[in-house]
Amino acid sequence: MAPIGTLHYLVVAAALFILGVIGVLTRRNVVIILMSIELILNAVNLNLVAFSRLWGLHGQVFAIFVITDAAAEAAVGLGILIAFFRNKETVNVDEVDLLKW
Amino acid sequence: MEQAIQPGMQPVATTFFFYLLSGLTLLSGVFVITRKNPVHSALALIFGLLAQAGLYLMLYAPFVAGVQIILYAGGIMVLFLFVIMLVNLERSQREERFNKQWVVGLVAAVALGVLFVVVYVKGKALFPYRIAQPLENSNTQQIGVMLYGQYMFAFEIASLLLLVAIIGAVVMAKKRI
Amino acid sequence: MLDYITSYLSSNTTPGQAGNVFWALVYIMIVFGGISVAVMAMNWLERKALAHFQIRLGPMRVGPHGLLQPIADAIKLMTKEDIIPAEADKFVFWIAPLIILCASFAIYIVVPFGPTHAITDLNIGILFMLGVSSLSVLGVVMAGWASNSHYPLIGALRSSAQMVSYEVAMGLAVVSAIVMTSLHGLGPYGVGVGTSGTGTLSMIGIVQAQQEQHVWFLFKFFPLGFIAFGIFAIAMVAETNRAPFDLPEAESELTAGFHTEYSGLRWSLFMLGEYAAMIAVSSIAVTLWLGGWYRPFPNTLTGDTWDLVFSLFPGLTFLALAAIAFVGVRRMPKHPYFRVQTIGLAGFGAVLGLIGLILFVPPVRDRIQDIYWFIAKVAGFMYLYIWYRATFPRYRFDQLMKVGWKVLLPIGIGVLILTAILGVVL
Repeated sequence: MAPIGTLHYLVVAAALFILGVIGVLTRRNVVIILMSIELILNAVNLNLVAFSRLWGLHGQVFAIFVITDAAAEAAVGLGILIAFFRNKETVNVDEVDLLKW
Repeated sequence: MEQAIQPGMQPVATTFFFYLLSGLTLLSGVFVITRKNPVHSALALIFGLLAQAGLYLMLYAPFVAGVQIILYAGGIMVLFLFVIMLVNLERSQREERFNKQWVVGLVAAVALGVLFVVVYVKGKALFPYRIAQPLENSNTQQIGVMLYGQYMFAFEIASLLLLVAIIGAVVMAKKRI
Repeated sequence: MLDYITSYLSSNTTPGQAGNVFWALVYIMIVFGGISVAVMAMNWLERKALAHFQIRLGPMRVGPHGLLQPIADAIKLMTKEDIIPAEADKFVFWIAPLIILCASFAIYIVVPFGPTHAITDLNIGILFMLGVSSLSVLGVVMAGWASNSHYPLIGALRSSAQMVSYEVAMGLAVVSAIVMTSLHGLGPYGVGVGTSGTGTLSMIGIVQAQQEQHVWFLFKFFPLGFIAFGIFAIAMVAETNRAPFDLPEAESELTAGFHTEYSGLRWSLFMLGEYAAMIAVSSIAVTLWLGGWYRPFPNTLTGDTWDLVFSLFPGLTFLALAAIAFVGVRRMPKHPYFRVQTIGLAGFGAVLGLIGLILFVPPVRDRIQDIYWFIAKVAGFMYLYIWYRATFPRYRFDQLMKVGWKVLLPIGIGVLILTAILGVVL
């Protein structure tokens, strides 16, 4: 087998990214859409850390920032989800078709 | 026979562990987007995150791996599970899993995938194979110095972002403030 | 092959760092077997100590003074019917105890029982410990949810809220201890080894820093180290869901919390995980604040005489235990019914005494030192756990959250800031 280079990690990250995109675009449940966003962020992180192998530690520092963002995003997203569920009794995105209720 | 890891020398089992961990990551990714029950999705995502922490370790990034475990698997996923328990599950179990535009979404995602493949095939030479410099022993120290030196401003902004997120989450989730 | 095995013995690092798979496996087996035995002993000790706190006798029937009770319990749990509720989510129900067990046992990978007696020493040691121990929340939540029943769900929600809240205070206390590893803004051990100005996260490094700075972090920057340790000591009880913070498994309110629906072997896995986690967080506390494997006063009471005095402790401890056992033999009722039990207790005392005598042999005596002091310190914490349970009434949930967020967290931040300032100024 070929030795594992940076490209291997990039391919894994790309596949993970596409899985996340599929999840965001096709699922109805908001919770799973948020999880798919986490998948996408993780794919980005994997890319950053893989590149940090080539160009120093900057990639790892950025990965930490991305994880911070993911935490903030999850907190706010789930807060919105709970507010939304309290009003509409559903967690499906395609039933959110009103700007005001 | 495995030997002591010398600086600049890759461990023998790298290839095996790479394929194992990346396979686990991708498999759990597939489970995340296909399971009907959100708790199963969350469980799959947790396993994926842990496998990914393993990949970070293989990339000589132990600190990022530790942060991944402590923040993602131990923090964010607990939040997810908590919310899944708070919102009604029984109804979503019986409902349609995918939305009406799933074909379009799938096509778009596959197009993106093709784009990735084209980029990686054409730009293969841009990513030279290079062994990681073994800075494992002082990885954490170096990241700390960077975070509080070069990236000080970004670090402060991240703390502000977290503050905003806390306030936003409280405002949104609380019935009466 | 033999070369590979013996080559490690001359090296001066942990097997993980030396990259020696064989010895790493041996260490893993020793540590995990030892922890399992310790959990069983702890089970017996807790019941006996609690009983004596309440002027009862505790288990007395199975073996002399109930010494065989843990084994009887284990057999009972293993042969008990293993019920999975009909409406439960089978897979999640099955995997939840395993997650808790793995999370609490994986912590021991980095616990330093001595300068070379750890499975490995990670660069991110303490971060790894905190991260892995936080994974057990997932197991609790899943167990509660998968049971598909009200009490477990409420218990799981309470427990996850509690554990996540107290993790924050715990993390802050740990960070202030890590800051102490760097003094004068100098390198890792505060003695100018490096120039990066950061401390270290490695468990062995933290203990060595205490030795090189000639102080347990408990007493450093008095009373800052003391307060940080206090925060950790409170948070670790909450983190392991023990009394007085045992709301998730409050028997009178929630029947048993998140593991109400579990029975038999699965339930025993939860118990094993809980006790293993207790020992693990105690060993974090010992490593960070109480000087890890070092005997008391390793820097002031030096010289051959003191070395000899301190090296006699392990043997003396076992001899004292043997003496207690023989006092028990003397006080056994002289009725023929109790003959077997009396003989058994005498045999137990003889074994303890023999172990004590073996520990006096110089080569054994010197090798066992680090491990003995580490375990002795951890054992003190385990006794404290039992003491808390016998003494304190249970908290109410809102009080618990208030203590976590409004008391421990601000104090933790204050201590951290003061420690950082003092670390640079002094």
